[in-house]
Amino acid sequence: MKDVNQMRDDLNTYLEELRERGLTPEREARLVAEMETAGAGHGLSPAAASDGQLAGFGRSLYSFSDLLVLRQAVNPHYSAASLMKSLDELLERDRQREQDGFPRKIRVGKLAKPGRGGKGKVVVVPTTVEEKLFHDPTVRPPGEEGQAGGTGEGEEGEVIGEQPVREEGEGSGAGPGQGEGEAHELESSAYELGRTLTEKFQLPNLKDKGKKRSFTRYTYDLTDKHRGFGQILDKKATLRKIVETNIALGNIPDVADIDPTRFLIAPSDKIYRVLSQEKDYEPQAMVFFLRDYSGSMAGKVTELVVSQHVLIYSWLLYQYAGQVESRFILHDTEAREVPDFYTYYNSRVAGGTEVACAFRMVNEIVARENLANDYNIYVFHGTDGDDWDTGGAKAIPELERMLTYASRVGVTIAEHGQGEYGGTEVSRYLNGSGLLKSKPDLVRMDIMTEDADEPRLIEGIKRLIS
Amino acid sequence: MELINQHTKKIMEGCKERARAAGLSFTDESLEYIVTNRDLLELSPKVMIPTLYDYWVHDVEVLREKGKYELYPHNPYETVINTRPPISFYNDNNPDWLNVMIFYHVLAHIDFFQNNLYFRHTWDYDFTGEALSDKRVIAKLRAEKGRWVDYAIEFARGIDNLVDYHGELADLFRSPEAECSARLNYYFDHFLQHDRKVSIAEYVKEINRYNECLRNDSDQGEKAFFTEAEHRYPELEAHFAREGEARPATRRDLLRFLLDNSEFLDRDENEWMKSVLEIVRKTSIFFQPQIRTKIMNEGWASYWHENLFLQDDRIRGHEVDFARVHAGVTAMPRVGTNPYALGMRLFSFIEEQADKGRISFAFQRLIDSDARKHYDTDVATGREFIFKVRENLCDYLFLKNNLDQDFVDLHKLFVVGKRLDQQRMVWQYYVKSRKAADYRQMIMDSLYHPPIISVDMTKGIDGSLYLVHTFEGKQLVREYIANTLMGIEYLWGGPVHLETSEAQVVAPGYTAAKREEGAPQGEIRWERVLYTMNQKVLSKKTL
Repeated sequence: MKDVNQMRDDLNTYLEELRERGLTPEREARLVAEMETAGAGHGLSPAAASDGQLAGFGRSLYSFSDLLVLRQAVNPHYSAASLMKSLDELLERDRQREQDGFPRKIRVGKLAKPGRGGKGKVVVVPTTVEEKLFHDPTVRPPGEEGQAGGTGEGEEGEVIGEQPVREEGEGSGAGPGQGEGEAHELESSAYELGRTLTEKFQLPNLKDKGKKRSFTRYTYDLTDKHRGFGQILDKKATLRKIVETNIALGNIPDVADIDPTRFLIAPSDKIYRVLSQEKDYEPQAMVFFLRDYSGSMAGKVTELVVSQHVLIYSWLLYQYAGQVESRFILHDTEAREVPDFYTYYNSRVAGGTEVACAFRMVNEIVARENLANDYNIYVFHGTDGDDWDTGGAKAIPELERMLTYASRVGVTIAEHGQGEYGGTEVSRYLNGSGLLKSKPDLVRMDIMTEDADEPRLIEGIKRLIS
Repeated sequence: MELINQHTKKIMEGCKERARAAGLSFTDESLEYIVTNRDLLELSPKVMIPTLYDYWVHDVEVLREKGKYELYPHNPYETVINTRPPISFYNDNNPDWLNVMIFYHVLAHIDFFQNNLYFRHTWDYDFTGEALSDKRVIAKLRAEKGRWVDYAIEFARGIDNLVDYHGELADLFRSPEAECSARLNYYFDHFLQHDRKVSIAEYVKEINRYNECLRNDSDQGEKAFFTEAEHRYPELEAHFAREGEARPATRRDLLRFLLDNSEFLDRDENEWMKSVLEIVRKTSIFFQPQIRTKIMNEGWASYWHENLFLQDDRIRGHEVDFARVHAGVTAMPRVGTNPYALGMRLFSFIEEQADKGRISFAFQRLIDSDARKHYDTDVATGREFIFKVRENLCDYLFLKNNLDQDFVDLHKLFVVGKRLDQQRMVWQYYVKSRKAADYRQMIMDSLYHPPIISVDMTKGIDGSLYLVHTFEGKQLVREYIANTLMGIEYLWGGPVHLETSEAQVVAPGYTAAKREEGAPQGEIRWERVLYTMNQKVLSKKTL
C-alpha cells in the first residue's frame, strides 16, 4: 500500500493530465472533491460508534421505556425461523393485494449488517411500513445537522467528542445513536433469501453455459434398482415384474380379467431400490463482485449497489446450490481483492475512480487461475457512473477481453441526483462502445437513481441477468 | 402470562400503603403479571394491551427507523398500562428489593394516569375491556368480509395520527352553560378579527354591548345583539353560513370527518367499515396523552421511586444495589436526552423552587443574581405544588414553564451541536449553547407533534376532498404520501387533494460527506404544492 501523500501526488498528476485533455467545470469539481477524500483510506467503518457517549445524539427521548431502562431487558427479537414460516403467508397476502388493486407492502431482503465470519450469511428481514402523513425531520435548513441535549463541563464552542464520518451505508440508514440496540436485526441464511427471490419474485434463471462436472461433490440417492433385496421396495416395478413372470408362466389366461390372488411370486421378482453414489453434474459458477469505493460513492449509492450485490449473491447461492464461488474486488484508482463479503460490504469509500483497473484485475485472475475452463463466470460491477478514464479508453478494451469468457457482465450504475446531462461517464462510454447492442447476451447495464427502492433493485437484477 | 405470586403481591400491597401515605392516589385494585420474552413479542406490537385487535402488520417486523415515534405515538415497551384496574408487567426473576423499586415506579405511573387531566377521557372506562369487545367485532367482520377488513384497518391507521385529540379533550371540560352559540363564536373569533379587522377598542366595545344585551334580556339578548350587528354588517349572515359549510367542526379530525361525511361509508354495503374506523380512532385517542406526557410521566415515576424506596424500611441493606440501578436509569447522559433523568430533576427543582417561594412574581422580577441565589421565603409548599404540576401540565407546558436558566446552570445542561470537520473527515460534537432558551427549544422541537391537516370544504370540487397541511417549517415525508392518500381516497370514495409545502433545494453542494447525512444541502426554498390522488394515481402540481 502506498502512503497517502504519494497516492495524492499520483492522483494530482492524473488530474493534470485529464485537465489538459479538457474537462467540464462540474466534472472537474467532482474529481477534485473525490481526490480530497483520497487520504481518508478505506478502513472498515467503525461498527461500535453507537456504544460511546455520543450514542445519545439523535436518540429520541421516546425510545426510553421502562422495560428497557428500568428492567434492563433487551428488545425481544423474532426468530428467523418463525419469520420464514410466516413469509409465505405474507407474500400470498401481498399477491392478493395486487389483485385487489393496491400496491404491495411486504419488502423482503432489507439488509442490515452481515457480520464477519458467518460465511454465506446475510441479514434479511421481511418488513413493511405503515405509511402516515408525518413530518420529515431530515429536511432542515442548511448548516443544521441536528442537535441534542448534553450535560457536564465545557465552554460554549468546545468540542466534546468526535466521530469519523461514516461513509458507508451500514444497514438501514442507521445514523449515530441508532445502533444495534434499536435496529431489529435478524439473521437468516443467504440460501433462504435466494429461495425467496427465486420462487417468489420469479427471477429468470441464469442461462447454463454447458454443464461441467463437479469434482468435489457426490450425492447419494436411491436411484439404482436391484432384484431380490435392497432398501425400499419399488412397488410399481415389482408388480410389473410379477405380471411379466405370470404371463410367461401362462398364469394369466385373460389379460382383461386379472385376479391378483392367483399370482405366483418368485423372490427375484421383487425389485428394490438401493442407495448409490451419484456424481454431481451441477454447473459451477464463479462470480466476481466489483464495487467502486471511490470518494464519490458516499451514502445512498453505495448502499444500493451493495444491497443489490447481496441479493444477487444470495440468489446465485441458491440457484447453483452452493456451487457458486465468489470473489470480491474493490476499486478506486487501484483494484484490490478482499477475502470476504464483510470487508467488501463495509470498506469505506475514498479516493478517485478508475473502472478499468478492476476489470483488468478480473481478467488477470481468470487468466492466472485458468478459471474460464471450469466455471461459468459472472461479473457484476456497481458504480455511480463516475470514471476519471474519459471515454473508457482503458475500460473498454478490458471489458472486451472479459466478454470472451464471461457468461454475463452486469454493470449497475446508481446515479446521483445531480447526474450530468446525457448520463454518466460510464454509461456514456458503455453506450458508445456499442457492446451493449452487439452483445446483449453478454453485457447488460442497469441505471437507477439514488432514491431507488427495493423493488427497483430486484427489477434491476432481472435486467442484469435475464 | 401469569399473575405474580402471593409473596410478591404482598410486597406490592405494602408499597401501595406507603405510596398513599406519601400523597399518591390511585385505585385500590391492580393486576401484576409475569411476562416472558415470548409474551413480549406478542404484546409489544399491541402496545402491551393484551386484548387489542389482531392485524397482520403486528406479525411483521415493521420498519421503524424513520420517524419511528411519529408513526407510533405510544411506547411499545411500557411496564404499566392505563386500564381499570391498571395492569403491569414483570420479569419472573427480579429480587424483592428491585421489585419494590419497580412497584413504586409503577404506582407513580398509575397515579399519573389517574390524575393528570390530559388522561381525563380514559378515566371512565376500562380500555382492555373495550379493546376486547372491539377485537371480537373485528374478528366477526373478518369472518364475513375477509381481507377487506384488513384494508379498512390499514387505511384507517394511515390517518390515525390526524385525530383531534385536543378537541376531544376540550369537550370534556367545557361546561354546557358556558357554551356559546356557533354564530357568536364566529362573530367574535373570526368575523371581527379577520374579516373586518376591527381595532381592539371596537372589539371590546362589541363585547360590552353583548354583555349589556344579555343583562337586559337573558333569553332574547343574543338575538337583539345580532339584530344590530347585522344592521351594521349586512354580509354577516351570508359569511357565517358559508363559513359553517367551509369549516365543519370536525375539520381537524380527518377520521371523524370521514365517519360523518363520507358517502362511500354511508352506503349499505360499506356501513361495516365505520365500526373499524371508530375502533382505530378510539385506540389512537386513547394513547395520545401517553406520548405527550413522556418526560413528566417518567420523571414523576423516577422522583417517587427514589423518594419512597429510600424511606422503605423493608429493603434495608440494598441501598447500594438500588443506587446502581437508579443511577443507570436517571443519570444525565453526556450527550442525549433521558426523559427519566430530566423529568425527575425538573420535578425536584420545581419542588425546591416552590419550597423557597420562588414560584412567585416577587422572585421573577428579581434580577440581582446574588439575591436570586439566596431568595428563600420558607413557605415549604413544594410538595403540594408538584402535585398540581402533575395534575395540570403536559410535556410542552412542563418544559416551557419550568425549564429556566437556573435549572440549566444547576445541572450544567447544554445543547450539543454537530458539525463536519472537512479537513479530518470527522463529525465534531460541540457545546453549542448553554442558554436555557436554546435548550428548551431543542427539547420542545423533539416532542411528538403530528402535522395539522384540516379539511377545507370550499376548495373540494365535484365531491372531492380537499386537505390542507398547515405549514410549520417541516415538510411531510414524501414517500408516504402516495399510499396514505390512496387509503383516504378509498375511504372517501372520490378524489383527494392535499395541499402542503415542500422544500426545494436551490444549489446543492457537492461534497461526499455532506451528502451521506441524507439531508439536502444548500438553500431551502419552500413552495406550496398540491397532491391529487385520483383513481389510485398520484399527481403533483406547484401552486
